[in-house]
Amino acid sequence: MRMNLAELQRKLIAAARASAPGDRVPFAFEKRVTALLATRVAPQNLDLWVRGLWRAAVSCVVVALLCGAWAVFTPAATTNSTDLSQDFENTLLASVDQGDQNQTP
Amino acid sequence: MERTESQLIAAVLKGDRASFEPLVRKYSPRVFATARRYARRESEVEDIAQEAWLKAFEKLKSFRGDAPFEHWLMRLTVRTCYDFLRGHQRNRELPFSDLTEPENDWLERFVTQPETASENAEAARLLIGRLLDRLSPSARLVITLLEIEDRPVKEIARLTGWSVPLVKVRAFRARAEMRKILLKMAKDKYL
Repeated sequence: MRMNLAELQRKLIAAARASAPGDRVPFAFEKRVTALLATRVAPQNLDLWVRGLWRAAVSCVVVALLCGAWAVFTPAATTNSTDLSQDFENTLLASVDQGDQNQTP
Repeated sequence: MERTESQLIAAVLKGDRASFEPLVRKYSPRVFATARRYARRESEVEDIAQEAWLKAFEKLKSFRGDAPFEHWLMRLTVRTCYDFLRGHQRNRELPFSDLTEPENDWLERFVTQPETASENAEAARLLIGRLLDRLSPSARLVITLLEIEDRPVKEIARLTGWSVPLVKVRAFRARAEMRKILLKMAKDKYL
């Protein structure tokens, strides 16, 4: 059995044209929309804040990582001393040593 | 005194959300009629209409007022319908073996005596619904606007945001897609 597809397509399109969809609106739909708008505006403002804070947090992490990488990968300044504790003590007492040197005649 | 449309829009833009309500009341029938072209279930139709209005509220600043508000709103509605179609493509591959008895009868009648198969029959309406459900979102949109609603290509371009050549290309592809689906249906049933 053969089917005329072009004619079938034409008939079906004509069927769709003949039955325009209804424009019935559910009861109090406009009230529902305005109520929904009221609930959506506040979260939107909150969203803006949250988005801003997240961006700031990401930027902070990136800066921290860059500083860390810089500290790890830059070659340490060459010092004569190899003893860290001695360096630490010298640094701490540097001001005292300087005071002593100034007092000696 | 009743406020004009532009006064209502200006009030909404100043922060008076209640002024949006008369606009929703006035244009919702058109929004619902458009949404019913693309969704079958009433809950889906309501979702589309609601989404279209929420978008309209959010984008109201972009309404310049050089064209009627209704045109601007219909553009938003059609694009919301298109987004809906793109998000609901799961049922497109259903076979034609599940046609109802009236649909089968109508097809039989069309094959044996085409002139007796009326396009006003409910079965024909159900069949075109099934057929449209199987089209890709862009094909369904363009077939609906061009063939069923009989809109000019320029207007479709304005409604969809596509260029005129793109509308023509998509219309050509949509017709081919439709023929392919009809052929598959014919094969499923009669071969």
